[in-house]
Amino acid sequence: MKKVYVNEDWCLACHLCEFYCAAANSGAPDMVKAFKSGKKPVPRIQVEEGSDVNFAVQCRHCDGKACVKGCITGALSIKDGVVVCDESRCVGCYTCVLSCPFGCIVIDEEGHRIQKCDLCTKNHDGEPACVQGCPNKAIVFEER
Amino acid sequence: MAIEFMNPLFEVIRDSDRCIKCRVCERQCANEVHKYDADLDKMISNEMTCVDCQRCVCLCPTHALKIRPNENQFRENANWTHQTMDEVYKQAGSGGVLLSAMGNPKDLPVYWDRILLNASQVTNPPIDPLREPMETKTFLGKKNQGITYDENGKAHYDKTPYLELDVPIMFSAMSFGSISKNAHESLARAATELGTFYNTGEGGLHRDFYKYGANTICQVASGRFGVFKGYLDAGAAIEIKMGQGAKPGIGGHLPGMKINDEISRTRMIPKGTDAISPAPHHDIYSIEDLRQLVISLKEATNWEKPIIVKIAAVHNVAAIASGVARSGADIIAIDGFRGGTGAAPTRIRDNVGIPIELALAAVDSRLRDEGIRNDVSVVVGGSVRSAADVVKAIALGADAVYIATSALLAMGCHLCRSCNTGKCNWGIATQRADLVKRLNPDIAAERLVNLVTAWDHEIKEMMGGMGINSIEALRGNRLMLRGVGLTQKELDILGIQHAGE
Amino acid sequence: MNYVIIGNSAAAVGTISGIREIDPNGKITVISDEKYHTYSRPLISYWLQGKVTDKNIYYRDPDFYEKNGVETVFGKKVTKINTENKSVVLDDGISVPYDKLMVATGSKPFVPPMNGLDKVHYHTFMSYDSVKAIRSEIKPNMKVLIIGAGLIGLKAAEALSAYNAQITVVDMADRILPSILDVRAGVMMQKHIEKQGVRFILGTSADELTEHSAKLKNGVTVDFDMLIIAVGVRPNTELVSDAGGKVERGIVTDNTQKTTIDDVYAAGDCTVSHDASSDSDKILALLPNAYMQGEVAGRNMAGRENHYVNAIPMNAIGFFGLHIITAGSYDGEEFIDETENTYKKLVFRDNTLKGYILMGDVKRAGIYTSMIKERIDLGEVDIDMLKDRPQMMMFSKERREEKLGGIFR
Repeated sequence: MKKVYVNEDWCLACHLCEFYCAAANSGAPDMVKAFKSGKKPVPRIQVEEGSDVNFAVQCRHCDGKACVKGCITGALSIKDGVVVCDESRCVGCYTCVLSCPFGCIVIDEEGHRIQKCDLCTKNHDGEPACVQGCPNKAIVFEER
Repeated sequence: MAIEFMNPLFEVIRDSDRCIKCRVCERQCANEVHKYDADLDKMISNEMTCVDCQRCVCLCPTHALKIRPNENQFRENANWTHQTMDEVYKQAGSGGVLLSAMGNPKDLPVYWDRILLNASQVTNPPIDPLREPMETKTFLGKKNQGITYDENGKAHYDKTPYLELDVPIMFSAMSFGSISKNAHESLARAATELGTFYNTGEGGLHRDFYKYGANTICQVASGRFGVFKGYLDAGAAIEIKMGQGAKPGIGGHLPGMKINDEISRTRMIPKGTDAISPAPHHDIYSIEDLRQLVISLKEATNWEKPIIVKIAAVHNVAAIASGVARSGADIIAIDGFRGGTGAAPTRIRDNVGIPIELALAAVDSRLRDEGIRNDVSVVVGGSVRSAADVVKAIALGADAVYIATSALLAMGCHLCRSCNTGKCNWGIATQRADLVKRLNPDIAAERLVNLVTAWDHEIKEMMGGMGINSIEALRGNRLMLRGVGLTQKELDILGIQHAGE
Repeated sequence: MNYVIIGNSAAAVGTISGIREIDPNGKITVISDEKYHTYSRPLISYWLQGKVTDKNIYYRDPDFYEKNGVETVFGKKVTKINTENKSVVLDDGISVPYDKLMVATGSKPFVPPMNGLDKVHYHTFMSYDSVKAIRSEIKPNMKVLIIGAGLIGLKAAEALSAYNAQITVVDMADRILPSILDVRAGVMMQKHIEKQGVRFILGTSADELTEHSAKLKNGVTVDFDMLIIAVGVRPNTELVSDAGGKVERGIVTDNTQKTTIDDVYAAGDCTVSHDASSDSDKILALLPNAYMQGEVAGRNMAGRENHYVNAIPMNAIGFFGLHIITAGSYDGEEFIDETENTYKKLVFRDNTLKGYILMGDVKRAGIYTSMIKERIDLGEVDIDMLKDRPQMMMFSKERREEKLGGIFR
């Protein structure tokens, strides 16, 4: 299955992936509108910055799927290998935050629920927004 | 603090309706122009250090940024221009030589733009490169003078070493030190994929790049940095650098702060020491001396590699080239006054040397006149900006061209001409690890390949239009050229007729 | 193969999923004394609060049983496991045969003996029916007495505050949430809940109940319109013990989730688990645990050997917007970082992370959880980064590569 991978050699910690991700999943047609119409959209990818190493982390759609197994509502499920969240069913208990070994479940503090990477399967076709927005090919979408 | 006489050169125009305060401009500006102010909850700018490299503009996800020339101007004066005055202020403040980077930006004639190409009509019809064979392969080196036969009738000819180029375009010398390791890797990978050559410059060859040796030209310059037997053996050819178009007559200076571990190892000099290339080669004061070095290098490499001698285009370039041709060199590279550099004294860059178009025409004519044109190939560089420039150069007499500024542009350079600061935001002309990282060779090599591939298509298109189907047939074919808006003297030197003639 | 599952919550759903991974065709029958499609037990407080609709309380889509080829027998209670002829007997006398049996009976509310209890009307807080009953009786400004300041009691308090109820919570312990929080965190949470108008009376218990008031052992009398008893739960183990299976605090299983009776498996709140963080056996009444035990059991029932290991206590819960995530055991060297609104405690032992409490800022807590479960040696991580916040940066490049599955040159 094609997944998003990050090569930390090329990550510049520019954080653009976070903004492209947040905008793509905001439902707004463009980034300006996404960030300027009230509620600040939440990225599902997070950049970790170090002194000389940076990388972005997002859902690995891993084999363990502890988040799905632990989900108390059934909001998290697996569709064609992709862990997806039905946000209308999430109650914000954060059991998945507790379970995810990569720290990839993101808390939408205003919405009191979680958000997670679904490889942009819900918002548009093609490569995930973080991959498209990375200026240095540090984030790739490929089969490994 | 004393009054600062100079103004910022640029203005940062930020459209607050578009700015989402993502701070990518702040994170990506090594000059620290942008800053997020938490109290004001907005982005603010300090333009004093802006060099107009456009990194922030390119990365801004909402296109909220513009960098414009500062509208604030000194009182208009055709003689004492704003820039002239700024330079006086700068020197009055620093007491130092003005430094600049990249090529001469002055409004001096660009002869390429005054030369027009021919096309076939009716008779001698054009060739469609998409349907008919079209050759842009070319060879550099001595052309064989003739064939002799032994008593058994077997043909003999002296086969001298040569370079085989799939396209008549090579990447010219840029040292590891002046540009980053990733930039070097990009050039090396692109040259390999394109079937052409890149040039190490005078900084030696990083151990990681020996694997690209078949597409590498190893340069030997006056500082002899990184030169040893293994280095000479590593490449496909050796280039002796006598001069550089951007700064003819002077040497080079890579400040000690740029000599990090890897550069120190590659250049074979102590870490942190200045790398100074002398103005002359201290062992070359005559053509005979040059010949000694040419022969020495050939001897050192078992006479297997062609030797290139690179000279700057200066006033008596034709006579110099004639000498070089007689020194035993296989290829002469001529670098015009618009050629780029990582750092040069501004006055040298802007006032020394001559245009490559005139130098090329003069050299080609001179070598033909002396009957030694076939003893050497001629490669020209110094602002070859497009496929049209390539075609014109070959028609004027070049065997191939060297490009460097175009290659840098392909990798992201925006000609801010601040290479000398070492803070290249595009990861090209810098050794700062966090900045070098910005140039991913996977991307840059692909862009270089794209550029040269595109030019190759265009060259074929233009040649086809002229009814020519090989570089060999275009070379020195000045009948294909016409000047426009040039004086008779200029036309005479270029050896072409005026449009309409 | 003929599978029978007693129970219809997380462990049962996990079992179905485990079986179907391996055996797409075997007959599966789910028997439950509740009449509902599988619903999420932890959601009952959210339902009562109005944050979850009737539709969303269900744990799986309406077509779940159909898609998985499951027959359901709802509203019937299993009264006996007949191990000799491998069948279970329902309360209507019908006998259902099995080849492999799953006991996922969960737990029941524990109601301690109290004077006068038999004369008062009270609620427990355990099932959809129990909150439906509360919902039908609750009115604005009602005085509600909740006995029990644990997870269930406080979730009930939060839900009922949505009805402007005047809530008093009484607990024998001197602090709230003693099972998951330490004293400092407990005090922080107590203050936070008190700000929402909930009154706590701790360190005492009801001495005497009358119809609308409770006299406490400390002499205080609390009036109430509604009484909720939420002091704890007891596992439903009788079916297995009656059939001769080993039961301690809960049903005893091996790590394939098999009980001591052949072909009888058990999973979820009714079982005893092995806590890897304290290396001791205990009941881990947690939904993720129930699901994963069920899944492992299901695979074993369908014939693929599989083991459930590395279970640890862990909880993610929030009250009135203040979130807590905890995991592991708290016996060891402590690191505490506290601000006005956040609390972090990390517990180290044997050069590994053994447990943690995060309150207020719970972001990326799972990285800590994985450190406990995987018993990652502290020598492998940057301790300062570990203490600062959960992050992948604290691991070595190699470990990160392995975890994130990327190819780094």
